[in-house]
Amino acid sequence: MNSLKPENAQQLEDAVKWALSSGTTLEVLGSGSKRALGRSIDCACQLDLSGLQGITLYEPAELVLSARAGTPLQEIQETLQAENQYLAFEPLDYGPLLRGQSDTGTLGGMVASNLSGPRRLKAGAARDHFLGFSAVSGRGETFKSGGRVVKNVTGYDLMKLLAGSFGTLAVMSDVTFKVLPAPPEEKSYLLYGLSDAEASRAMILALNSACEVSSVAHIPSPTARTLQGCVGDKSVTVFRMEGHAPSVQYRLERLEHLLEAYGKGSITAPAESKALWGCLRDATPFQGDEGNSGSVWRVSVSPAQGGRYVEALKLDPEEYYFYDWGGGLIWLSLKGGDNAVRVRAPLEKISGHASLVRAPVDAPDREIATQPLGVGEHLLFQRIKQNFDPDGILNPGRLYGDL
Amino acid sequence: MQMPDPDQSILARQEEIALHLGTIVAGEGVVTSSRELRVYESDGLTAYRQPPLLAVLPETTQQVSEILAYCQTEGIKVVPRGSGTSLSGGALPLADGILLCMGKFNRVLEVDYDNRCAVVQPGVTNLGITKAVEQDGFYYAPDPSSQIACSIGGNVAENAGGVHCLKYGLTTNNLLGIEMVLIDGTILRFGGKHLDSPGYDLLGLMTGSEGLLGVVTEVTVRILPKPETARALLLGFPSSEQAGDCVAAIISEGIIPGGMEMMDKPAIEAAEAFVQAGYPLDVEALLIVELDGPQAEVDYLIERVSVISGNCGAQTSRTSQNEEERQLFWAGRKAAFPAIGRLSPDYYCMDGTIPRNKLPYVLKRMREMSTDYGLRVANVFHAGDGNLHPLIMYDANNPGELEKAEDFGSDILRLCVEVGGVLTGEHGVGVEKRDLMSEMFTEIDLKQQLRVKCAFDSKALLNPGKVFPELHRCAELGRMHIHKGKVPFPDIPRF
Repeated sequence: MNSLKPENAQQLEDAVKWALSSGTTLEVLGSGSKRALGRSIDCACQLDLSGLQGITLYEPAELVLSARAGTPLQEIQETLQAENQYLAFEPLDYGPLLRGQSDTGTLGGMVASNLSGPRRLKAGAARDHFLGFSAVSGRGETFKSGGRVVKNVTGYDLMKLLAGSFGTLAVMSDVTFKVLPAPPEEKSYLLYGLSDAEASRAMILALNSACEVSSVAHIPSPTARTLQGCVGDKSVTVFRMEGHAPSVQYRLERLEHLLEAYGKGSITAPAESKALWGCLRDATPFQGDEGNSGSVWRVSVSPAQGGRYVEALKLDPEEYYFYDWGGGLIWLSLKGGDNAVRVRAPLEKISGHASLVRAPVDAPDREIATQPLGVGEHLLFQRIKQNFDPDGILNPGRLYGDL
Repeated sequence: MQMPDPDQSILARQEEIALHLGTIVAGEGVVTSSRELRVYESDGLTAYRQPPLLAVLPETTQQVSEILAYCQTEGIKVVPRGSGTSLSGGALPLADGILLCMGKFNRVLEVDYDNRCAVVQPGVTNLGITKAVEQDGFYYAPDPSSQIACSIGGNVAENAGGVHCLKYGLTTNNLLGIEMVLIDGTILRFGGKHLDSPGYDLLGLMTGSEGLLGVVTEVTVRILPKPETARALLLGFPSSEQAGDCVAAIISEGIIPGGMEMMDKPAIEAAEAFVQAGYPLDVEALLIVELDGPQAEVDYLIERVSVISGNCGAQTSRTSQNEEERQLFWAGRKAAFPAIGRLSPDYYCMDGTIPRNKLPYVLKRMREMSTDYGLRVANVFHAGDGNLHPLIMYDANNPGELEKAEDFGSDILRLCVEVGGVLTGEHGVGVEKRDLMSEMFTEIDLKQQLRVKCAFDSKALLNPGKVFPELHRCAELGRMHIHKGKVPFPDIPRF
């Protein structure tokens, strides 16, 4: 296959202009680490952005960082770490889950798929920290939006539109992010043996208190077995506390007291807490799939309805799940590659949406990997696409068949 | 500031349009008398006044849908209005447009503590949401200073901020879902009680779109458990540079305060004279730093901020010892606008954002401009996020002084852009900053934004004349300038 690898913003514009003029469809890629995520597409040419690299501005005291879209996310994270800062939304790493390497994603890919992690509840997703960009539209025109300051309502918030658009509207060359001080301390409180229903009550109690838990997950027993720090066959419910050390200590005591009725839990050391949340973030328990016959889904529902959703699914004994986001995110590991209808049926009654993460290569689920839209929404999506990429040359079909 | 010329044929049809709308909104839902329409002639930006063709006050989403569909068919312009507190003229009526008043959408529909959210109608006030949940220990975080009056629908349209957004985010970070109506009457829902959405994030795009894309008819917001406690520090500095350094040092130490506000000398003096908050008068800059959260954390961080401020040369430092004292520290800052109102017959409140470290330079340039224009200026500043509110004092009764104040304001905003900032941090572009958009955006940037508008409202009937300096027809915007087979293969690396 043809692949174009621009080395600067001008070359990027030239590449898109050429594609437009020659009617060539472009598969827009950073490092390609998420190619297996969601719908697969078949384009005439690849537009490889890994040549657009480098941090162009980083002012720790101003909490702002700009970089070229193809910059490896790992480089960004290391740079931030050196200043005790981080991307608070904790972008998950799809690598191993998609049968690839870990830590290979780019900043642009992170934006395009609007990544987040267990801290989504408190800190939001990539969309919430994305301050500005420069990009080339499907019209072959370079445009910008936003800026480098947090508070900005000048014009439409096109950052929101591009975050999660999977490269179907414009190709970003430069992005600017809000960064934050990393919490100096992190510990987790673990409760064992709770049923889904008990865990749901405990999670609500914690999240509705002033304890400021930053992430809450519940891992039922069969899945919990694979996680480090877990006890025997018991389910585990995890509450993460982050912040300044005296505050973390104080809040852990409060939380322990608050959850007394749910039994005596244990407190992890910082390193264990980090490792455990890393596993939950990247859905480590679902990474292996030797037979290559199963699929992984992510379902977002209102947090208190998580249990009801899972119940409605009527899972097989060899199908697994766990809850993140206080019950609002459900990771599913299912058999076969034809689950879309089943996974989405309960969503008629429970507000939410389901996205396919991984399925066998030719599985029917890949066609409808993204939650289908209502008629009105779909027409509006089409008009938006039309106004950014009228000839449909950018990642056509990546989100929906006709977008 | 010029608004589009009124369409005479629409003006002539006022009676007929009112009659038709009366069939959609029965009872007293249509206002046509010029005396009653005076109420609506301006919003919070009182320098501009224009009564609408008529005002319509629907009560249901279905009515909004029918009104908009009718307007689309008939080619009638629509200006949506919440509580009318916009400081940028976002709800300024049009002579040939109907004013769609959402005030009757004033109910809290549901409070769902298990999912930590509230479903409200757009006319509910910002503070009304907190009022509905505070007895159970919750609150809604964004707190624009007009929160007692401004509506949540307006907050969505403007992406309202407030004092606490450094730590808790803007409106856009605190929304879960909306129901909205397009100009063709289509009713859509984005988001809900869950997080994220499939495909394009239209909830995010709608937030801050200033009433140009659709009309919000229901809002689901996140509510948060109230922090255990809050304490504040009142810090005086001999220079704005030192105050700015202190802000940077606090953040560099990994501390994100709940609120961090700065006032310059003219603002301090005005506020102190008005409310006697006990502000020091011998300082050049005053910082209020508020820490909120668990007791142990707040006590610990107060101590650390106190040390940091000492190292940064704070000449006065007081820590609130109780809730009453904390409120007193804030009283002066919260009363800053009316306090300026006492010093001057009129004032013009600006709203730019700058990279924080450019503050001393921007203040210095502003003082020079103040001398040049012969108009006084006081500054309050959301110091944590760089959002600057210069208050330009003028007297509208002196011929030419309003125009002078506006020119001064425009120069300040140009300066904000020049140092890497933006035209508006939280008040919106509206009509006020519309003609400055090209200071920040190229023609291509603006045209791409207008194409977003085309996707929602191809006849440009919703709130025209706001945000964009120039209107282009969607057909013209859609035209492609790159022709088939005319661009050679680019000379760039290929594989």
